[in-house]
Amino acid sequence: MMNNYDGPAVAISGLQVVRGRRDVIPGLDLEIPAGEVVGLLGPSGSGKSTLMRCIVGVQITKGGTVTVLGHPAGSPELRKEVGYVTQAPSVYEDLTVRDNIAYFARAVGLRGTELRDAVDRTLAEVDLVDYGGQLIRDLSGGQESRVSLAAALVGRPTLLVLDEPTVGLDPVLRRDLWELFANLAAQGHSLVVSSHVMDEATRCDRLVLLRAGEVLADVTPEELLARTGAADADAAFLTLVDHAAETRRSAS
Amino acid sequence: MNPGLTLATAGRVLRQVRTDHRTIALIIVVPCVLLGLLAWIYTGTHVFDLIGPALLGVFPMVVMFIVTSVATLRERQSGTLERLLTTPMGKGDFMIGYAVGFGLLAVVQAVVATGFAVWVCGLDVAGPVWLLVVVAVADAVLGTALGLLASGFARTEFQAVQFMPAFLLPQFLLCGLLIPRDQLPTFLEWISNLLPLSYAVDAMKEITRSTDPLSAVAGDLGIVAGFIIAALALASLTLSRRSA
Repeated sequence: MMNNYDGPAVAISGLQVVRGRRDVIPGLDLEIPAGEVVGLLGPSGSGKSTLMRCIVGVQITKGGTVTVLGHPAGSPELRKEVGYVTQAPSVYEDLTVRDNIAYFARAVGLRGTELRDAVDRTLAEVDLVDYGGQLIRDLSGGQESRVSLAAALVGRPTLLVLDEPTVGLDPVLRRDLWELFANLAAQGHSLVVSSHVMDEATRCDRLVLLRAGEVLADVTPEELLARTGAADADAAFLTLVDHAAETRRSAS
Repeated sequence: MNPGLTLATAGRVLRQVRTDHRTIALIIVVPCVLLGLLAWIYTGTHVFDLIGPALLGVFPMVVMFIVTSVATLRERQSGTLERLLTTPMGKGDFMIGYAVGFGLLAVVQAVVATGFAVWVCGLDVAGPVWLLVVVAVADAVLGTALGLLASGFARTEFQAVQFMPAFLLPQFLLCGLLIPRDQLPTFLEWISNLLPLSYAVDAMKEITRSTDPLSAVAGDLGIVAGFIIAALALASLTLSRRSA
């Protein structure tokens, strides 16, 4: 389900979000290019999930605009075009793996053989071919989160928004999933993938580093290393955080 | 609203119930046990013939209310509802899907309970037996609609279960089962006129005493249908695509 829109996948300007009494996102501008895997990195509480919720259109915002594939985030035109995977797996415990994936496939309009083929393909992509008939409540946590991912992959949305899809997975599976993400991008899909594991940064085409709801850097992995002179993404991130703190101190 | 999406949801709800054998057993067996107990208590009197039909309408409503309010609350808490609402699935598809799914389950429940009451417990009604089943199914759908509405106000599963006595017991006390509605104190009679279960029980009573209850029952069912639509419309306001 690819649409033919050729602007950026996501354009955000002046976004403000308040949760409780906190300014989770005080004012954010960001453009996410189409056809790339964009990593959203940052420490816990930096606003990654909130930003993703804004892109999907489920977050109440205080100000600013979020435009997704040329439409305001959350508008009806986007419901087949955007796939969303929350951090905590959101699937039905008392359904089988196959029934879960098939239900979300029906929700985006797949039927008949098209539906069956899409479910089979997705089961293979998340490496759960042998588990199709298992109930979710009998699976491990990592397997459950893969079903949750599969439920978004099955409709092949133009934009995939994935909140920490590789948490708790073994290295082989993580490598396979990042390869799948790269393949999807090569076919023209856009992906926004959050992670707090910095070594996954090198798998992305582009990196957005968030801290306290602000964009600390919006670069390619190579630029990040070059700019900070650090040896790996972890060190680069720390350098940027220190640098930002220093700038703030000297400004005040 | 899209029939394909509504049916997909109804099918999914039924598949979920199918994996839970104990719930199915409770839904089917508990009404029969209670009806049997009641018939036994009133052995040798005509009381069972008078209140049996009304209870045939009350059980499905109570069961479907609880099942639906807990199931919908779980959807809210697990994130599946938020996720579904980012897809082309509409609020109407979601809610009518639940009503259709549990409505079908109610058909099975009503057929078994009515059959048990009539052929095992010897329930004797003046009107046609099939009409008992129709009213029972309408009551079940009413229970589902009220459950969808109640779950919008529950934050925890404890609260969801407590809504059963809060929403349903007053209706039970005022529906005309304890004393006829026209003998209630005037103010309570007014309240009883505003509650859906009163009309469901009126319909059942009509089947008990009249050999040709169709037109009276149709009027009562029309009112119950109105309550179902109103409850679903209000419930849709509690399903929001966006949250803070």
